[in-house]
Amino acid sequence: MSTFAEILLNGLSLGSVYALIALGFVVIFRATEVVNFAHASLLLAGGYVTAVLHDDIGFWPALLAGIAGAALVGAAVEFLVMRRYRGTDHSVLAIVTIGVDILLTTELTRRIGTDVLTLGDPWGDAVLRLGPISLAHTRIAAFVAAALLITAFLLAFRYTSWGVAMRAAAESAETAALMGVRLGRVSMGAWAVAGGLAAVAALFLTVFPTPGLERATSLAALKAFPAAILGGLDSTTGALVGGLLVGVTESLATGYQSDLTFLGRGLGDLAPYLVMVAILLIRPAGLFGTKELARV
Amino acid sequence: MSEVLVKPLRPVRSRTYLWAAGGVVLLALPFYLDRFWLQAGLFAMAAAIGAIGINLLTGATGQLSMGHAFFLAVGAYGYCVFAADGGDGLTGLGLPTWLAAVLAVLVAGAAGGLFSPISGRLSGAYLGIATLALVFIGQHVMFNAHDLTGGANGRDVPPLSLFGLTFDDRELLVAAVPFGSAEKLWYAGLVLLAAGALFARGVLRGRPGRAMNAIRDHRIAAGVLGVPVARHRAAVFVLSSMYAGLAGVLLALVFQRTVPDYFGITLSLEYLAMIVIGGLGSVSGAVAGAVFVSLLPQLLTRYSDALPLVSAPGTGGIAPGEASRYLYGAAVVLVVLFLPGGLVGAAARRHVGPRSGEIHPGEER
Repeated sequence: MSTFAEILLNGLSLGSVYALIALGFVVIFRATEVVNFAHASLLLAGGYVTAVLHDDIGFWPALLAGIAGAALVGAAVEFLVMRRYRGTDHSVLAIVTIGVDILLTTELTRRIGTDVLTLGDPWGDAVLRLGPISLAHTRIAAFVAAALLITAFLLAFRYTSWGVAMRAAAESAETAALMGVRLGRVSMGAWAVAGGLAAVAALFLTVFPTPGLERATSLAALKAFPAAILGGLDSTTGALVGGLLVGVTESLATGYQSDLTFLGRGLGDLAPYLVMVAILLIRPAGLFGTKELARV
Repeated sequence: MSEVLVKPLRPVRSRTYLWAAGGVVLLALPFYLDRFWLQAGLFAMAAAIGAIGINLLTGATGQLSMGHAFFLAVGAYGYCVFAADGGDGLTGLGLPTWLAAVLAVLVAGAAGGLFSPISGRLSGAYLGIATLALVFIGQHVMFNAHDLTGGANGRDVPPLSLFGLTFDDRELLVAAVPFGSAEKLWYAGLVLLAAGALFARGVLRGRPGRAMNAIRDHRIAAGVLGVPVARHRAAVFVLSSMYAGLAGVLLALVFQRTVPDYFGITLSLEYLAMIVIGGLGSVSGAVAGAVFVSLLPQLLTRYSDALPLVSAPGTGGIAPGEASRYLYGAAVVLVVLFLPGGLVGAAARRHVGPRSGEIHPGEER
């Protein structure tokens, strides 16, 4: 039972990190209707900046720099690429983000090479023991940080003028523009926020017990895609639930791997995708996604 | 439709000559090129077949797929399983190799069909990410189903033999030129590519093609006009998987060994890059993009000494593979922003002249 509780808690922590990534993904989709396949590379960029700087300027400034760096990269992508597109087909823009992803990932993986970079976090491999349950400090930090950020984000989304502008733009871009919402600024803000959230997620994807920032980190970040999809692409609640679901499933599949050997090794990495396929079979728009209604 | 009518008639005869000349050159190449270039050309042909498949799906029907690598893998491994004789301790059915190739393509199609509950109902990014799952499931199976796939080390590919001719490295002298596997496969590749291209062109120009474009441009209008949307989406998905399976078989024959690492997410992205660069929705676009994306790394590898910034792998500079990824990544972005319609669209626009009206990306030409 104690292992089950441990696995569950670890899964929730991991899931909250996925939720952070998925949230950024959903924010971009809501603000601009673009599916951002370059999201994993934004995350890698944030993690890389933190990893490079932490030796010189200390961990917390480096983390801030990483967040700012990823936000800047996101905003730059929006400004230099997305804004230049004059067509109306959003699926074509999704393919552009794939091109951006190829560029950014190639550059970052070339810089990282075969190294495993540490991010210099203060938690190390310390473990907290609560009776029979032991939890790594990093996992607790991940959960707390993700919970705080998500709450702050949701509050801002609801109550600040920035959030109102973004929701208005998502509702109807044209009306919002007529009401004086500056759509360019809204979408650039969305990209920057998504980048910042991804940079925080990068930290928690690479701390103990994972070895550090490496090429494969972007594959781990990809698991936020199924999280966003199974929750429903246009729903922030969906991103949270999806993230937690994916995290817990992955953790369970990894934790009980020894009982599932007939399915092969490394099942944990596969679990998020299996869950997504299963849910899409039942609900094609995801758990919380709005069903597409069209008036002709 | 009206655009098709007002298109100026092209001089048919000069185009026929052009095709004939191109065909003769392609047929003659094995007599002149060395093995490196023949193999590069074969990769391009296999990529072209796969790209035609994904262009039917993503370009013509508007269904984003990131799972193309999975179906390539099904084709490649399917061929191995059907054709191998089990001598290396792995499962092999020992069927005649041509039959194995056909069955591999059918299995890839069946795999696409199994996915039809999802491919028929979803579109856009949802489908893109759902198909992402296929790549990861495929990798998992490839690494773990050791009896079928040989695990991480992969398995050897038995050479194709057809009408008593074996496409292996036993040399055969044709007009004083030694023919190895690359030379022989070159012709098989040409035949397959030509057949695949003609079939796809037929699909695009006929009734199904109109229906597919209608689904892409306006799903509801297509449904109202009586196009069974879900069935068409699923059917195109199956067809595109079969093209991918065929490309996988050809790739396996060229590589002579299949390894799971090759069939990753990068490969899927490469195929998407091909059709975007070449031109969405047309056969010629798929072929042009495939040639561009698959020859680029080979060119850069071959001439890495002569190029600035590019250096041999492992020497610290930008390796040719990376350099080519930069180039086609940038090409994807630039083409979408500045050349809607891709390379082929740009060429067609020059041909027709600047004032004959807009050419929309993906329009059948």
